[in-house]
Amino acid sequence: MFTTGAESLLHQAREIQDEELSRFCSRIVKLLQKDPGAEAVDALRRLFLIISATKYGRRLEKPCMDLLQTTLCSPTCPEQLQLLCAAILREMAPSEGLALSCDHIQNSRTLSLAASVLLAQGDRQDEVRNVGQRALQLLEARQPEGPGPRPLLPVLSKVVSLAPGTLPQAQADLLHRRLVDWLRYASIQQGAAQPSGGFFSAPRTRQPGPVTEVDGAVATDFFTVLSTGQRFTEDQRLNVQAFSMLRTWLLSSGPTSAGAADADDRSELEGSTLSVLSATSATASHLLPPQQQLRAGAFEYCQRLLEQSTRRALRRGDSDLQKSCLVEAVQLLDVLCRQEPSFLYRALSCLKALLGRLCGDPAQARALLPIARFLLSHGEAAAVDSEAICQHLFSSVPAELFPSPMLAFEFAQFCRDSLHLFSPDQGIFKPSFPSLFKLLAWHSPALTSEFVVLLPALVDAGTAVEMLHALLDLPCLTAALDLQLRSSPAASSERPLWDISLRPTSCLEGFRDPQFQGLFQYLLRTKAGGITKRLAPLHRLLQPMASCARVVQCAEAVPTLLQVFFAAVTQVADGALTAQLALVLLERSNFLFQVPQYEAQVHRVMSSQFLALCRLRPALVVELARDLLDFVGSVSGIHSRERMFTAVVWAVGEYLAVSYDRRCTVEQVNRFFESLEALLFEVTQSRRSATLPPCPPQVVTVLMTTLTKLASRSQDLIPRVSLLLSKLRALPQGPAMGSAPRDEDTDTIRTRATELTNLLKMPSVAQFVFTPGTEASTPRFHRDANTALPLALHTVSRLMDREAGLPVA
Amino acid sequence: MVHAFLIHTLRAPHAEDTGFCRVLYSCVFAAEKSPDDPRPHGAERDRLLRKEQILAVARQVESMCRLQQQASGRSPMDLPPQSSDEPTSLHEAPHGAFRLAAGDPFQEPRTVVWLGVLSLGFALVLDAHENLLLAEGTLRLLTRFLFDHLRLLAPSANLLLRADRVEAILTRFLPHGQLLFLNDQLVQGLEKELSAAWPL
Repeated sequence: MFTTGAESLLHQAREIQDEELSRFCSRIVKLLQKDPGAEAVDALRRLFLIISATKYGRRLEKPCMDLLQTTLCSPTCPEQLQLLCAAILREMAPSEGLALSCDHIQNSRTLSLAASVLLAQGDRQDEVRNVGQRALQLLEARQPEGPGPRPLLPVLSKVVSLAPGTLPQAQADLLHRRLVDWLRYASIQQGAAQPSGGFFSAPRTRQPGPVTEVDGAVATDFFTVLSTGQRFTEDQRLNVQAFSMLRTWLLSSGPTSAGAADADDRSELEGSTLSVLSATSATASHLLPPQQQLRAGAFEYCQRLLEQSTRRALRRGDSDLQKSCLVEAVQLLDVLCRQEPSFLYRALSCLKALLGRLCGDPAQARALLPIARFLLSHGEAAAVDSEAICQHLFSSVPAELFPSPMLAFEFAQFCRDSLHLFSPDQGIFKPSFPSLFKLLAWHSPALTSEFVVLLPALVDAGTAVEMLHALLDLPCLTAALDLQLRSSPAASSERPLWDISLRPTSCLEGFRDPQFQGLFQYLLRTKAGGITKRLAPLHRLLQPMASCARVVQCAEAVPTLLQVFFAAVTQVADGALTAQLALVLLERSNFLFQVPQYEAQVHRVMSSQFLALCRLRPALVVELARDLLDFVGSVSGIHSRERMFTAVVWAVGEYLAVSYDRRCTVEQVNRFFESLEALLFEVTQSRRSATLPPCPPQVVTVLMTTLTKLASRSQDLIPRVSLLLSKLRALPQGPAMGSAPRDEDTDTIRTRATELTNLLKMPSVAQFVFTPGTEASTPRFHRDANTALPLALHTVSRLMDREAGLPVA
Repeated sequence: MVHAFLIHTLRAPHAEDTGFCRVLYSCVFAAEKSPDDPRPHGAERDRLLRKEQILAVARQVESMCRLQQQASGRSPMDLPPQSSDEPTSLHEAPHGAFRLAAGDPFQEPRTVVWLGVLSLGFALVLDAHENLLLAEGTLRLLTRFLFDHLRLLAPSANLLLRADRVEAILTRFLPHGQLLFLNDQLVQGLEKELSAAWPL
């Protein structure tokens, strides 16, 4: 709809040459000077497009720039022109030589427009501070005419968020006092209607009534953002603006807001006074310094909002606003309690009352998160049990509300921000990973980066194996969640949240079939139980859903998460756990949900992680010898999991040695040798059927190399290996290796066979090369003059040459 | 506070890669503090960086929207044109949020809240730890007004040469990137003022 027209316009705008642009600028100058009307507006719109269409800077002539700035600053100009001039100058920012300055601006609306340009300059000339100063000066001036202070508040909010703590205390105090006025003492009568009659009619304005709450009742206390009416007065609008900027202001205003340490120091000195004063009614608060007054006022505002949010709003927009206000009020209470610890007791009692009401209501789940955060951060101070709410959050919220993308994101963000607050003894966060995985499985593109941070915190030695299985089954979980949505009782009434392009009738029947109940319940559990169940029957049942888009997206995220998992688990895994994890890799390499390309990607990660585990604990190979022997036992295993097979064979070759584990016996080496020898013989010599693909040369070479390594350790195997290698060197380029062997492959195999045979002619060298021992991997072995082999050899040969009377080289 | 607001094109998820993702309108409310750069052309580079940052956000929103629509099995033209009294249609449009780490592409860590309606994407780039419920509500409000006041559903709709109207809407409902807690009546009042000052 938009693309073609937009494309050509953008293209035209970009293609305009500098000459044409400067002619256009002169035309604009003329239009603006003569009579700024519709033509001028049209020209400015085009200029805006020309400037904004390209990422490269455009130069405008100086007269044009100056005129734009003048137009911006003249309050008599129509709003349309002013907005366009401001937009153009803002788009060009940062521009050098901008003459615009806020020092002489008297009108608050004009200052707001100028600020939008000045704040975009990147603060090279202290613009942020200048704008802030000027705004405060205008605020102080209290002009009776004109737009009033309302346009200044967003400017101040922006300045303070860009440069926190730069306002001097006296000026900040001025704003503190004004904010308290606007927040607590706004009018509670509705705004008067404009007299609608003409010149001759008497002003018959009805008395405007009091403001109402969102449920229609008459307002019971001071005006807040949740108070409504037909029309609003100016101070009521200021109330809205003041509350909107309150949190930013509290966080960044004044030097005392820097860090909680200051708050603690102050509270010790003033704690007693403050607690006495804040415990009294609001009228006593004028005794407090301005900043404390603001905090007291803000606290009362939050309490009022929490009460107002219990009402049943008549309009949907208001009910949405109630939720936003709830979240904001809780976040404000958090800031206030950090700054004034004496507020904590009252805040906690408010929130506990609120919790009871919100816990049962799924529509309010997003409001529970900031409350939980509050209780977690301030919990120890008041000895409040935050466990119950966290328990509720982790067990029921993701399970019921996972389809909502905003809830999923906020939940993940809550976990990320609260990581340092979850106590490990409570056992709530870590065992809840199955619940969190539901959010990940459903929204994998958006949440994968969040879980890259969360996963290391969720990893625990007790549940690691269960988590590994859960990660490998994540696409399966996605499919199961989709079926769960389709089968839920509310499914027919609401707009479908599942994939509507799919109709998996057989899977749905299976979901409802009692035979699969146990497995589905296990898959959809919310807490880690320490037991693992094999889900192979579910893989088969859910196969028709394996290519649906959401499952594929989830499957694409799993390899990354597996890497993160292993990086984290190797920090906490002991020997037994490492062995268990390695076994899981071996076992699951054949039992994965068959999503297109999933198996290949996961095998790549599995094989590299298996090798990493073996590198970490070389004794693993000897410990798991029997399982590894089973794994490499059959030829059919090679084709379905070539990478894992290669990795296992390589690991056997590297680490099946006495130097890595004293329990390694000659029988073990011989058993492996026989098994691998038979395998190599089978893949290279016997006739292959036309249907099986040819054996990849990597497999052949790794088998050869491993057999040679084993032979170098158990030297009576050397003749057998030599025989095998000589057969491989004499490989014909015929169909024995498969239907269409490449010359390079056979050449590689032959070359490798030759190298290995040569090495085996010197058994002790072979042993050194293939089983160098752990010292060889340290740099010192090669640098230290006493132990470095090349140096020793060189010295010996020089001595021997001198002995023999030959000239020393 | 909001760091930036942008409107960009959304290409259909199953179409081939024809064309690019275009930013049709963007407003960055204040520049990030630029590092002390005494080299000449520092200003131009800052501007280039700013434009690239916005384009990076637009591209990421586009791909998130495409993935979400593919996952739900819907096509982007599913949303039937609704009259302006029906805000519910916006509640069902694809939407979401994601986090941007520090340095990628903005200096500070930021959160993006986005909404995809027909072939246009709307996004708010927020400071970290903003009130996301409010941001989501504000974004829907802005989108609704943009569709109504710019008549974006009409066949000859054009956004590019009507930036003044977009600015007018932003000045009232998102001044300097300040998210406002506006109840329904107040929104209606502001909209009446807007229609009076800027007749359709």
